[in-house]
Amino acid sequence: MDADASLLRRLRDGDEQAFTALVERYHSSMIGLALSFVPSRAVAEEVVQDTWLAVLRGIGRFEERSSLRTWLFTILVNRARSTGVREARSVPVADAGPVVDASRFGPSGAWAVPPEHWIEEAENRIDAAKLSELLRGGLTGLPARQREVVLLRDVEGLTSAEVCEVLAISEANQRVLLHRGRSKLRQVLESELGGEPR
Amino acid sequence: MSILSGLRRRPRELPCQQVVEMVTDYLEGALSPADRRRLEAHLAGCPHCTEYLAQMRETIQLAGRITPEDLTPQMRTDLTDIYRRWRTEG
Repeated sequence: MDADASLLRRLRDGDEQAFTALVERYHSSMIGLALSFVPSRAVAEEVVQDTWLAVLRGIGRFEERSSLRTWLFTILVNRARSTGVREARSVPVADAGPVVDASRFGPSGAWAVPPEHWIEEAENRIDAAKLSELLRGGLTGLPARQREVVLLRDVEGLTSAEVCEVLAISEANQRVLLHRGRSKLRQVLESELGGEPR
Repeated sequence: MSILSGLRRRPRELPCQQVVEMVTDYLEGALSPADRRRLEAHLAGCPHCTEYLAQMRETIQLAGRITPEDLTPQMRTDLTDIYRRWRTEG
């Protein structure tokens, strides 16, 4: 993490390249996160740009009680929420069904249609760009709350405590959203890469 | 649970359908010790759930390797402008 710590130090020293490096590193996740609160890419880009300006303006006061990325994402989420657009969008339908389709289990609850193999395919036969595209598509397809959590936890690698801080949600809620989101991404990979059932 | 199904299955044995719902709590270390033991006992005898768990771990790994989208030239220019604007704010 000390890549971030060193960028922070350089940024404070007025190093423009450190800013560029930070932008390259976080911009696309920030857009993805902003999109969960605002209705369009254009608005998301505005929110992200406002966030970068706020980050620059706040950098002198940033006390490093949280990590740089937690601070960055918290500013972003607060700004995206304060646009107030989210409330105007349709309320997400409660998403409470099983994470694996019930038809894949027999009456006793044992697998009837077990998971297909795909790990080797993903590791050895698919190039990173195609895999990224597939997963980005999967993320886009997730309900907003699940996408936010998976993006921060699994794509960006924040800890669960950091995710709870950024999104202002409880640990338990975070785990539920993470579970549903991750399970769907697994299904996307299986549907795309799966071969013969085991 | 009827007496019959109780005979077919050891008591309190987890069905696979329930295991897949517990995987994240397991990976997050959020299961009670008793539930963790039940889950691990199930995994030890169930190759499909073991595969499923491996796939969830793989999904997490792969998500962590998603490469950021490239900035468009317009975004790059806008962000450079933001930086320079901030520098002149003093």
